[in-house]
Amino acid sequence: MEQLLLLIFLPLAGAIITVFAGKSAKIVSTVISVASLGLALFIACNFIPNASTQFEANLPWIADLGIRFHAGIDGISMLMVLLTNLLVPIIIFSSYRHDYKNPAAFYALILFMQAGLLLVFTAMDAFLFYIGWEAALIPIYFICAFWGGKDRVRINMKFFVYTIAGSLFMLMGIIYLYLQNPAHNFDIQAFYALNLDSAQQGWIFWAFFIAFAIKMPIFPFHTWQPDTYTAAPTQGTMLLSGIMLKMGIYGVIRWLLPIVPAGVQDWSCLAIVLSIIGIVYASIIAFTQKDAKRLVAYSSIAHVGLISAGIFALNQQGMQGAMVQMLSHGINVVGLFYVLDIIFSRTKTNIIEELGGIAKSAPQLAITFLIIVLGTVALPGTNGFIGEFLLLMGVYNYGIWAATIAGLTIIFGAVYMLRMYQNVMLGKTNELTITFTDIQGTEKLVLYIICALIIILGVYPKPILHLTEASVQHLLEQVNQKLTSVK
Amino acid sequence: MNIIITISITAFIVLYAGLFKANKALLPLTVVGLLTALGFTFAAWNGNAVHFGMMQTDNFALAFSGVCIIGTLLIFLLTQNYFHSKSDNIAEYYTLILFALAGIIMMVSYKNMAMLFVGLEIMSVSLYILAGIRKKDFASNEASLKYFLMGAFSTGFLLFGITLIYGATGSFDLDKIQAYLVDNSKAVSPIFYPGVILMMIGLCFKVGAAPFHFWTPDVYEGSPTLITTFMSTVVKTAGFAAFLRLFAGPFEPLHDFWVAPLIVIVCLTLFIGNVTALFQKNFKRMLAYSSISHAGYLLFSLVVIGPHTQNNVLVYAAAYTFASIIAFAVLILVKQKTGSDSFESFNGLGKKNPLVALSLTIAMLSLAGIPLTAGFIGKYLMFLNVMGQYKTLLVGFAVLNALVGFYYYFKVIVAVWFKDGTETELSTPAQYKIVLAVSVAITLILGIYPAIILNLI
Repeated sequence: MEQLLLLIFLPLAGAIITVFAGKSAKIVSTVISVASLGLALFIACNFIPNASTQFEANLPWIADLGIRFHAGIDGISMLMVLLTNLLVPIIIFSSYRHDYKNPAAFYALILFMQAGLLLVFTAMDAFLFYIGWEAALIPIYFICAFWGGKDRVRINMKFFVYTIAGSLFMLMGIIYLYLQNPAHNFDIQAFYALNLDSAQQGWIFWAFFIAFAIKMPIFPFHTWQPDTYTAAPTQGTMLLSGIMLKMGIYGVIRWLLPIVPAGVQDWSCLAIVLSIIGIVYASIIAFTQKDAKRLVAYSSIAHVGLISAGIFALNQQGMQGAMVQMLSHGINVVGLFYVLDIIFSRTKTNIIEELGGIAKSAPQLAITFLIIVLGTVALPGTNGFIGEFLLLMGVYNYGIWAATIAGLTIIFGAVYMLRMYQNVMLGKTNELTITFTDIQGTEKLVLYIICALIIILGVYPKPILHLTEASVQHLLEQVNQKLTSVK
Repeated sequence: MNIIITISITAFIVLYAGLFKANKALLPLTVVGLLTALGFTFAAWNGNAVHFGMMQTDNFALAFSGVCIIGTLLIFLLTQNYFHSKSDNIAEYYTLILFALAGIIMMVSYKNMAMLFVGLEIMSVSLYILAGIRKKDFASNEASLKYFLMGAFSTGFLLFGITLIYGATGSFDLDKIQAYLVDNSKAVSPIFYPGVILMMIGLCFKVGAAPFHFWTPDVYEGSPTLITTFMSTVVKTAGFAAFLRLFAGPFEPLHDFWVAPLIVIVCLTLFIGNVTALFQKNFKRMLAYSSISHAGYLLFSLVVIGPHTQNNVLVYAAAYTFASIIAFAVLILVKQKTGSDSFESFNGLGKKNPLVALSLTIAMLSLAGIPLTAGFIGKYLMFLNVMGQYKTLLVGFAVLNALVGFYYYFKVIVAVWFKDGTETELSTPAQYKIVLAVSVAITLILGIYPAIILNLI
């Protein structure tokens, strides 16, 4: 219990320290984020990979409203905690090349967001989950709107209004469940035990699904995403794409499936169709993008579409694939945005056509970028492969038609990602890229870590699969049991 | 009783101090008087005393008195550097605000309809003068006249309502009216119903709920900002306490009858307040419309009357009061520097004044209802209360309105942090720092650990 509280409150305390750190904010926040990574690894080492909830903290908070500070870690949460605490130090390292104005506020907001994210990934009380959900949104809004690029204010307002609209309806859903719960509390186990008829489940499904679908984002709720990713500062984009969109996926797994399984079953066909439309649609748009950052943003929509299709297929393979892919996608997308940021800082452009031939002057960047691209297009031996393979297997078990179309994502992805790589790194150099200097210092460190993770997880994914297996199995059993009892 | 006596005596002392030009002594005297009154409020806690059958200082009355007194205290602290010359009628400001507060204490603790009327008039007459206290300022005159005409009009409605109810029940006493309704639940006199509706209209005028809100924006914009602060926070809170004391009390048995017009009023108020606030270019006017929308949320709590209704209103009113005081305090500072209260004058505020801008941001987040601020707990309780009877559509409507609210409150945040502006450095006097710090602390504490206020009433 103490470990978990420390895990959540360390970044929060770190945020407060960082505010007062002034010029040394960079160092302070790095130390704190590395310390929280260490803590997460320590917790992971002491974690017994079975279905039980461990390190549980259950403290009274607002007793009159039935709200408790109830958090715990099972296999699924453990994975998300590892992802968060792994990516935050990488993201902070990646900012070393920049000199942001007001560094204290910048790094404090990142750490504050980390605390919110950890709350989301460990909360076992719906109210606490909601608090974490919003607590992660506010800092990222300020990061993107303060340090972002052109037209940031308008774009972020759209992003903010979109997400807050989703979460308000989720709040209504949570209140409804609370009222249905005879014990009048927000405990997740009590919510799991509720017996709702299929009409109620349908409404609750939509109240939650829209919030999660906007966050991921799933077609047609994705329109905020490409603009926001493009206008955000690189670290903001990394936080959004690497960790924050996983909040939506995690929400589906933790709150949607077990609480309203009948609602999910009724609507899963639609959800899968939307996901698959998203895959194809985003891939086609990604083809036509001239800006590499936008291309990656759309590829992210396609990848997330596959993950959500795998989850709504409601079987072990799809779910496990989603687990691995959440981790892999987080690592790969952060790597991609980092490489694009390096290129942008030297050439002042991310337009694919204006670049070319960078590989000649920057061989190390070329190799690391290639590994990341191969990971993204799911080449066997990289981390992307395991996830996508399992996801496609899961979708195949749901329906061959779905798997056939969803499978296009791999082909499409390979085409547009490799084409981008070719046009940016290979070919003729021009006046922009001829003076390109190779990666150095922290750039090397960050990219080497990312590439190492891509290969290690690709060759030996077993620890990850083992970590989540029991919890996923337990969750699916719970869902199936509830489904049969409704009938 | 002690509370009213203390406040009234303070008011007279301050008036005499002003007569002898002891302007420096005004604030200390007032603060001591109000703190004493606050002390009496705490001392009377759980006492539930009835004073001459006219007033009852139950915990409801005391909690609202406490919020109103603290709010007034903070507003008095905002007087530092507010007056430019001795001819600004400083003592009159102090005295009239104190008299208004005395009226407010009656409004939140009345047990007899006559007392409601007396309290309301003491408050209103003081406010008519305060709104027009800048006698050479055209807008101030307009505000005063408009407020007076509308106020007199609404008092007419209220009084007519009281008369009809007296005619039906033969009493002004709240308990007797309730007893009448309970005893004659099958055969309530037909003149009772129009009485209820007329009183509702009268009170809706006073709290500025649509469609009786037309005076609010002009009066709020035209009055001196200090008075606007007082009107839109303390006075509004008191208006709701008076509303609640009647409708969640003696009129509660007739809930099924008056809930239909109330829902119409709530929906109109939310919609008009939020949508109009969206288009304002002037910060002060935006706050006026946002205060209309908050009136809607507060009335929302009356749609379903449960054991927690009164406490919910207290939480919401407290959250709203302290967040608004921050907003108005920053407005006064900005206006002193730039001479304008449009949104543009807030541009780039965060660059040179990060702490003031941070306080304003927290106030806006609270007014918008973001978690970990008091405003969220307030809105959450409102939604929870109405969801309790599964009026999902109504809650959905309120949620949509909250969404519109996010938009215009974030406009302020955008101007403060993300727009390039004149980058003037504000001179923030010490008392303003105290007010901002106290209000921010209350907003955050109520947001993070609301348990301290949840079971007060």
